[in-house]
Amino acid sequence: MPPILAAIVVIGGAGVACALLLAIAARYLHVFEDPRVEAITNLLPGANCGGCGYAGCADYARAIVEKGAPVNLCRPCAAAALLEIARLMGVEAKPAEKMVAIVRCNGDAVRSRRAALYHGVADCVAADFTSGGGKICREGCLGYGNCARVCPVGAIVFTESLLAVVSPERCIGCGLCVKACPRHLIRLVPASHTIHLLCSNRERGLVTRKACSVGCIACQKCIKHVNGQGIHMEGYLAVVDYTVPLPESLLDVCPQHCFVRRGLPAPPPQPAAPSAP
Amino acid sequence: MKVLRAPFQVRGTIHPHYHKGVTAGRPIETLPPPTIVQVPMLQHLGAPSKPIVNKGDKVGVGQLIAEAGGPISASAHSPVSGTVRAITEGVAATGRPTLVIEIENDGLNTPASPLQPKPEWSSQEPSTLIGLVAAAGIVGMGGAGFPTHVKINPPPAKRIDTLIINGAECEPYLTADHRLMIERPEAIWEGIRILRHILRGPHIRLAIEDNKPDAIRAMEKVMASADDDVALVVLPTAYPMGAEKQLIAALLGREVPSGGLPSDVGALVENVATCAAVFEAVVQGHPLTRRVVTVTGSLVRRPANVLAPIGARFSDLIEFCGGLQETGGKLICGGPMMGVAQVDASTPVGKTVSGILALSRQDVAVYETHACIACGRCVRACPMSLLPCTISVAVEAGQFEETERLAVMDCIECGCCAYVCPAHRPMVQFMRQGKAQIQAIRRLKQQQNPPVPRSP
Amino acid sequence: MTIPYSDDRPWILSPSPHVHEGSSVRGLMREVLIALVPAVAVAVFRNGLDAVRLIFVCVSVAVLGEAAARFAMRRTLSVQDLSAAVTGLLLALNLPPGLPSWMAALGSLVAVVIAKQVFGGLGYNIFNPALVGRVVLLISFPVAMTTWAPPDAVTTATPLAAWKTAWAAGAPPPAFADIYPLRDLFLGLRNGGLGSLGEVSEAALLLGGLYLLARRVIGWEIPFLFIGTVALLASLFYALDPARNLPPLTHLATGGLFLGAFFMATDYVTSPVTRPGQMLFAIGCGVITFIIRRFGGYPEGVSFAILIMNGAAPLLDRLTIPRPYGHRRRTSS
Repeated sequence: MPPILAAIVVIGGAGVACALLLAIAARYLHVFEDPRVEAITNLLPGANCGGCGYAGCADYARAIVEKGAPVNLCRPCAAAALLEIARLMGVEAKPAEKMVAIVRCNGDAVRSRRAALYHGVADCVAADFTSGGGKICREGCLGYGNCARVCPVGAIVFTESLLAVVSPERCIGCGLCVKACPRHLIRLVPASHTIHLLCSNRERGLVTRKACSVGCIACQKCIKHVNGQGIHMEGYLAVVDYTVPLPESLLDVCPQHCFVRRGLPAPPPQPAAPSAP
Repeated sequence: MKVLRAPFQVRGTIHPHYHKGVTAGRPIETLPPPTIVQVPMLQHLGAPSKPIVNKGDKVGVGQLIAEAGGPISASAHSPVSGTVRAITEGVAATGRPTLVIEIENDGLNTPASPLQPKPEWSSQEPSTLIGLVAAAGIVGMGGAGFPTHVKINPPPAKRIDTLIINGAECEPYLTADHRLMIERPEAIWEGIRILRHILRGPHIRLAIEDNKPDAIRAMEKVMASADDDVALVVLPTAYPMGAEKQLIAALLGREVPSGGLPSDVGALVENVATCAAVFEAVVQGHPLTRRVVTVTGSLVRRPANVLAPIGARFSDLIEFCGGLQETGGKLICGGPMMGVAQVDASTPVGKTVSGILALSRQDVAVYETHACIACGRCVRACPMSLLPCTISVAVEAGQFEETERLAVMDCIECGCCAYVCPAHRPMVQFMRQGKAQIQAIRRLKQQQNPPVPRSP
Repeated sequence: MTIPYSDDRPWILSPSPHVHEGSSVRGLMREVLIALVPAVAVAVFRNGLDAVRLIFVCVSVAVLGEAAARFAMRRTLSVQDLSAAVTGLLLALNLPPGLPSWMAALGSLVAVVIAKQVFGGLGYNIFNPALVGRVVLLISFPVAMTTWAPPDAVTTATPLAAWKTAWAAGAPPPAFADIYPLRDLFLGLRNGGLGSLGEVSEAALLLGGLYLLARRVIGWEIPFLFIGTVALLASLFYALDPARNLPPLTHLATGGLFLGAFFMATDYVTSPVTRPGQMLFAIGCGVITFIIRRFGGYPEGVSFAILIMNGAAPLLDRLTIPRPYGHRRRTSS
């Protein structure tokens, strides 16, 4: 037999033999997997952000089916998908309100000055450790982008003037940025609330004013304006508790311009939840 | 009393330019106490001190104004007499925010005598003397600031057979300990003897680098009549010869186990200035309220070794030394290898501040994140025999478990690796990042798997 | 935008240490270029315009190629660290004088773009770029890469090639020592000048190598153990069978051994970082070089030996992690 024919026969035969082996294995060595695992994996957003606490969407799906994990741990999950997952598992679930992240600081390098030239690794944790990166306000955003780097959908921008800003349209509410910030500036808030107070400095008013031109000086005008509904004082800092939506007029009331409008328009009304079978 | 050369080799080490000639020959000058002092509550390792005075209180020189905040902490005393102006937020020399007690000096120097000195210390019980050291607020003045009364009171299981006195002063530019050894050798020697009595008679080894021959002669003279248990060891000049672990290895040939303390190998290390402070407290009844600080660097008009009260601000000392030729370089607390860069000159002098360096922009090194070229110089220089290059690459890649396997937790942050790196990588910052991440991972693991209590 | 500060001339805030020895990548590369001056001088002296042409082509293509690659990959410019120039020069010194310029340019491009920039640039490459370029040329254009024609040589075969062809035919080449006297081999004169541009004069290379050692750019471990291993193995085989083996000094004085040992194997990025690792690396290079020379199909084995050991360098690093102070064993549990 000519050598090339022999080669074809040998290689081809080996291929056929392997295919037969695979077919036999597929039939007799098959591992049973609940088909719901794959179905739920496909329903989940697929961002593999880890916000649910599991290692990716497939892992969470497996946990739901095999370990009975709660079905509503995935915050970015679309309402319709969540209802379908609940139906597959035979439980009730109410879609949670969409949450987005907000960086509670508006002090970029122009508004909140630095006193020293920071030369070092451009990392917020490293800068915070090195005398606060030279920024006078020890509780404000350093702007080196640790949060932006962990965001799985690229929703955080850190501007040229060294401030992190979350884009609510892209944010899926997974919460990874919350853990990344060394100054704990990021918080997950309901997406329907669009008026925010961007300051986290708890120093007295005079000290804050020296550090930043948009910092909270504890004058309490905002609290008086809303009659204490939705804002309260924590020491020398006014804090929004997101229980009631705040009025837009706050943007002009605050003398330091701490309030900003950021956020999505109100979402469409939710479909009714199915009852348990 | 014997004079020896260091018997053992130390791994790694570098030989930087020392620049000590500027201040090594200048006698210590006393800073006139400034109008305002800010005594920091965190000027030592451990819990911050707790203020026991209030705004408006009148205090005297040496009066106790803050007590220890925990078992590992230290008390603080007023260096001047006057009125407490405020208890406010300030910044420690390490850059961390801390409470400070601000006192306005009335210039009267009214003394307050909180301590009962024991000049006849050799007949006292060690516990009495340890109490005196604690009441004086003495901490390790070589830079770490570990509360001395805790250090000289090790658990009975850990017997100390050698007391090592650190006169090495291996950091470039600094000459505070050098001048102290030349000008007050008797105080240091008596402090050493007091410590020996407290520790129940260990061998004494005073270690001095060979770039300080005058200090060696001065201490030799004062210790000449000591018995054979005492030795003066001349160290080869290298950085970081004066680091605790390296000193123990060079003098005794023993290695402090990873995660352990010098007492685990029967050794205890104290700085010469700490010994002088022990003398002042035990024999003269003075608490720790002042220390020698070397003010130097290319920007300082008249570099000097300044005896300054605790709480004086950097700006006070710099003004005393003729001021700065220009700003905009680097202001460092400590030496150029391990010192902390300051944001401005309003930082108060704490018990561990041994030097103030004002370097011009040209003298300062700039580090950038270039890729590691694997030249291996850092491996040769590391006194702890780590692989700094490999660790830094792992930190950049986010592989923190790998850095733990490479023993990053043993890094003493001496800076030798960064000093020699041709790619100018910020090596020490990578090490710190690695250590911080590993500690965070360990904390998380502890939270998720709390230790299970044994069944009764 | 420029960041505004609260002070006109703010203090610099950065972590310790605040001083530096003063070395730099550019400085180190400059020392290597200086150390290569004797070898370049011999090359130009012996081969005239050919040497100038090849060196010019290789260095300029390397530098421009790296700049173009960094630009295309949207990375910062890196040619100022002189490493591309060094790669270009080392490649040129590894080429035969008669090589067409376009082949040299191709080799240079492969070295800098494929063997270096594609991996991520300086520090990320696994294999020595100049050697990758040379080996690619050798395999792609074997005839052009093994044609030697120095002006005053009588034969056209390098000592190693001559010996290998004759020995393959069954007998050591006649009058070998007369055609290739040791002194000529060491200095690169007459028949000893057969070989690539930079490898012929071991004397010039030794001068450069000693300069690098004195300036502490390289350590003694790699060059001496590499050459020493080859010398040891050559002596052993020569002692066992003088008829069929070259004398050890001839082994040392021919081929790319000195160029490889002092300038190629000592490349930081592609060799181990630990001292014991470097020693094992050098010994490995020596063993493989000798095996290829004595038993392999190619007359010269230095390039392949170094490339093979480059691949093993990370493993050697792992095997030779030093024992940290205060630990009982080399790696923590």
